[in-house]
Amino acid sequence: MGLELKHLYDNFRDGDTIKAYAKIIAEDAKKLKKPINIMEVCGGHTHTIMKFGLPQLLPDNVNFIHGPGCPVCIMPKERIDHAYVLSMQPDVILVTLGDMIKVPGSNGSLQDARAKGSDVRFVYSPMECIKIAQENEDKKVIFFAIGFETTTPMTAVLVEQVIKQKISNIFFHINHVTVPEVMVELIDSRDVHVDSYNNQIDAFLGPSHVSVISGSKIYDKFPKDYGRPVVVTGFEPVDAMQGISMIVKQFVEERCEMEVQYKRVVNHDGNLKAQALIEKYFEKMSLFRWRGLGNVPDSGLKLREEYRDYDAEVLYKDVLPIAEIEDHKLCICGDILRGMAKPQECTIFGTACKPTTPIGSCMVSSEGACAAYYKYGNLI
Amino acid sequence: MTKTVTIAHGNGGEENNELIKKIFYKHFENDILAKSEDAAVIEDGKLAFTTDSFTVSPLFFPGGDIGKLAVCGTCNDLAMMGAKPKYMTCSVIIEEGFSTRELEKIVKSMKTELEINGAIVVSGDTKVVPKGAVDKLFINTTGIGQIEHKGITASGLKEGMSILVSRDVGAHGATIFAAREGIELASSLQTDCASLYPQVKALIDAGIHIVAMRDATRGGVSAVLNEWAKSSDVCVEVTEESIPVQEEVRGICEMLGFEAVDLANEGTFVLCVEKADEAKALDVLQRTHTTSTVIATISEQHKGKVILNSSWGTKRFLDLPTGELLPRIC
Repeated sequence: MGLELKHLYDNFRDGDTIKAYAKIIAEDAKKLKKPINIMEVCGGHTHTIMKFGLPQLLPDNVNFIHGPGCPVCIMPKERIDHAYVLSMQPDVILVTLGDMIKVPGSNGSLQDARAKGSDVRFVYSPMECIKIAQENEDKKVIFFAIGFETTTPMTAVLVEQVIKQKISNIFFHINHVTVPEVMVELIDSRDVHVDSYNNQIDAFLGPSHVSVISGSKIYDKFPKDYGRPVVVTGFEPVDAMQGISMIVKQFVEERCEMEVQYKRVVNHDGNLKAQALIEKYFEKMSLFRWRGLGNVPDSGLKLREEYRDYDAEVLYKDVLPIAEIEDHKLCICGDILRGMAKPQECTIFGTACKPTTPIGSCMVSSEGACAAYYKYGNLI
Repeated sequence: MTKTVTIAHGNGGEENNELIKKIFYKHFENDILAKSEDAAVIEDGKLAFTTDSFTVSPLFFPGGDIGKLAVCGTCNDLAMMGAKPKYMTCSVIIEEGFSTRELEKIVKSMKTELEINGAIVVSGDTKVVPKGAVDKLFINTTGIGQIEHKGITASGLKEGMSILVSRDVGAHGATIFAAREGIELASSLQTDCASLYPQVKALIDAGIHIVAMRDATRGGVSAVLNEWAKSSDVCVEVTEESIPVQEEVRGICEMLGFEAVDLANEGTFVLCVEKADEAKALDVLQRTHTTSTVIATISEQHKGKVILNSSWGTKRFLDLPTGELLPRIC
């Protein structure tokens, strides 16, 4: 019997193991000198935490702050408008990944664009663009690339293949962003809303899949330079509970370190081949505007200058809108992402702002904090 | 209501309900329609009457085809009202250029399924449209059935009753997704597409009082449970562990970020009975599918809501699926 898919998750959802970790955390938490707030950076973790009801298992002095790590949620409206406008251009097939299709921009979502007759397709792997391009030689295929370090290598591979195979009808609109830069922003930047440097984040749960690519080295600076422990953690409930337990232990034992819970895959250096590929085709944008958080230095990627012929942002610059679009003034996503508010404190949560009619960044994708609260409820 | 109709409006979930209520119910309003059951009950409760259109892509999939689906779908809607399917119509809209051999293959599989139900097609219509006007072939069927068990309704659930599923859930949705997305999985997965009347007849013959019954098509088991919770103003408490899901279906859900209870089924139904009938109903259902099991009870904890209880003691809402089912990004 070889490795089956179920072996990758079955034991990591075992009820007794989860309960055992809950007990360990509760015991250790009694020794905490003050309550701790753990930010799970990634939307995938938010989803795990809410779906499996983990806050219900934690003592009152261990809290979650739901981070900005959902690539769909953090996309500012003007960039969603880019996708919409591109899809409306003659002879264009706009290709993107799953959830992106639902997110509303100022004119509507890509779903709406599709209903109006534009050719919008979602793919599971960016490499499917090649097949689409070959079947539609008279059309321009634009890949609207989104995601963190986890999906960037897939886009880089597509860029490489387009160049190698001399495919002349695939172009890119790059919206890749990086995790460590926004973490720095969250703990070390002036919050415009309250005009202070006050943030509530005591420790981070690092997303394991990001470190599969980038290694755990990207978090070394957080304990060292910012005094915040990081535990790189997997996405199953047993993983998450073990990760939380490791963080609590660090506080009890007065340590501040970068640790890896997800040792079954993650190492310090990560996937060097993938990193080299990203380095070859992409460079940092000086600023990328995050929905709910504003401009974050060095947090976005773009195609390198020498590949500008493939860059849809360059090619279509005359039709792409540039004005920044702010969210509704009642939306408190910025505060939620900084850990200063919970979704239910927002006056429009669940009323004007719902998964079917999202107003702020945290509601737009199933991985946003507000969407997770709305979907799974809070039944403590 | 949005200005244009999107794919999400056909998902069997929240947007779908909105479209139906705000446009169709508004103008077609009458007491029978307002009940919004799987099939309309007419002629003083003697007959059940329903219609359904089939647009599935691909037309042929592991375990079935659009023809089998077109008969099962409509006959199952009748069976879910405790009716024996009797007469059907069959309308087809065919795209120019479609293979007659494939057409006959589809009609033959309709015939096989009609025989299982003991129903006959008594009227029909054929339209051929230019290339691109439809995707290969669409089928509409309408059916009339004779009611053999009265009083089945989504609003009859009460505290203490039991909810069962007739087999493991999500097989059809997972099969279609695997076939459609070209994920190239080596899988033995087959659709659950099947006629349900024989199982319904067995339940009736065993003397079981059926409180509510619905086949978990679009929107899956979660849509059925949510609708029942709302219609009956009760809380449906599901034991998460007890929901039967095949390994292959779970695998596809894990990869794409879906939940099996949100996936469509074409031969799986949800049944609500009195606690006293639970063991007998389970015995009848397990004769067809050993995976049939009790998944939920009714309480008053959060009225109108469905709650999922985990094996480690946490609770969460199981909401109606919203939007188009799309794979998660990372």
